Amino acid sequence: MSKLLIEGVSRTFAGVRGGEPVRALRPVELSVSANDFITILGPSGCGKSTLLRIVAGLEAPSTGRVLLDGKAVTRPGPDRGMVFQSYTLFPWLTVAENIGFGLREQGRPERERNEIVASYVDLVGLRGFENHWPKQLSGGMQQRTAIARALANDPAILLLDEPFGALDNQTRGLMQELLLGIWERRKKTVLFVTHDIEEAIFMASRVIVMSARPGRIKSDVPVDLPHPRHYTLKTSPEFSALKAQLTEDIRIEAMRTAQEQSA
Amino acid sequence: MLRPLHPVAPGTRTVLGIAFFVLFVAFWAWITLGGHVNRIFLADPLSMLKDGWRLLTEDRFWLDILITIWRVFGGFVLASIVAVPIGIAMGAWKPVEAFLEPFVSFARYLPASAFIPLLILWAGIGELEKLLVIFVGSVFQIILIIAVKVGATRRDLVEAAYTLGATDNGIVKRVIMPANAPEIAETLRLVLGWAWTYVIVAELIGSSSGIGYMIINSQSRLATGQIIFGIIVIGLIGLLSDFAFKALNRWLYPWSLA
Repeated sequence: MSKLLIEGVSRTFAGVRGGEPVRALRPVELSVSANDFITILGPSGCGKSTLLRIVAGLEAPSTGRVLLDGKAVTRPGPDRGMVFQSYTLFPWLTVAENIGFGLREQGRPERERNEIVASYVDLVGLRGFENHWPKQLSGGMQQRTAIARALANDPAILLLDEPFGALDNQTRGLMQELLLGIWERRKKTVLFVTHDIEEAIFMASRVIVMSARPGRIKSDVPVDLPHPRHYTLKTSPEFSALKAQLTEDIRIEAMRTAQEQSA
Repeated sequence: MLRPLHPVAPGTRTVLGIAFFVLFVAFWAWITLGGHVNRIFLADPLSMLKDGWRLLTEDRFWLDILITIWRVFGGFVLASIVAVPIGIAMGAWKPVEAFLEPFVSFARYLPASAFIPLLILWAGIGELEKLLVIFVGSVFQIILIIAVKVGATRRDLVEAAYTLGATDNGIVKRVIMPANAPEIAETLRLVLGWAWTYVIVAELIGSSSGIGYMIINSQSRLATGQIIFGIIVIGLIGLLSDFAFKALNRWLYPWSLA
């Protein structure tokens, strides 16, 4: 049985000033098994973030529905942890308090909270920074905290919306390994949106390629590279072959987007 | 060379800032002591200091200062207690905003000083009337500014909190309020400055104590030195309370500092 089921989900935005309504997403069907690491790859503006936000419950689909463990998603909830591209740590809370935010909202007792928080601080390698304010952290550390904060609720699924998009290349590579390491050890169902082909392959057990706007699923590519994965994998022939294939797929879509914009 | 937007060295900044005060006082001394204006209309700096000293040592002016400070803070605290929750409610819940915003926007333009005759009829010329003038002058301003700030709460923080399991109630209490606390404190600091203006106006009319009363009283005796001394005292107290407020905000909200 699938963990997450996306059934005929589409999204149309009302037209601006009486203009034509904008279709962001054509009906999408997707079934995600438990403990799968799915990356959703697509050009900018293809609706991949919209799809993720619908799964999170932050936006309502125009048609269709999302089922998590057989229950329909109607609003955001702690069973779907989310990491955003922008830095969304609460600036008035310390690293530890940020990680414990969700547990606190659910009224978990303080002692239990502290234990869980400490374990996630260790998991993302932020020991010694528990009492720092977010503004004192680098971008990479802020996103590590954000990942820990989302995981601390022990969600059924982890949603990530280009979480490393604002980081420099080196930090980005390290963050990919960190997140993948966590997934390999702890097993979690993950939906990860990105426009970076290498990132999409490196992280995924399955890459979903989306078409240009209005988005739909263009291809569904299993990635059978062995775990645990190491950054050197990115230079292996198997990786390169996948990259070549996906690059071609994405290029066509990117060109289509560019043509539509110039038309 | 003056280059646009080029920063100035800290030492130079201090020197330049003090230089203007020196020039200002020098000009004042020149036109008064040099006999360029009639002394009846403008006292010179030295007699101003002398008058001030006499006020403090003989006329118990410090009692007026204390009563004025009490009025400002009393009226201001009353206004804050009423305005802050309403402002937050308007910013957080759009129906509340739709209900109150038009009226508050209108009331904001009602000049507090024009209410003084009415307030005297209602509350007499005692302390309550003084507090009410400051209250009327501050409350609508605070409500409106806070409503705007709260309405501009970062949406991504609100969304993040929802995905972490926060309830609507939790969003207001543990996201919207802490996120805007430094801005609210800044707003209060700003409006406290305006409250100093209202208190003097309130004391100019139907009052028998306070800095404003001393000023209007001095006018009838052509004691311009005292008037200027009173104005400077108001300026200094305003400056001090502003510094204190800033320091308090820095201490309360260390996370918001750049």
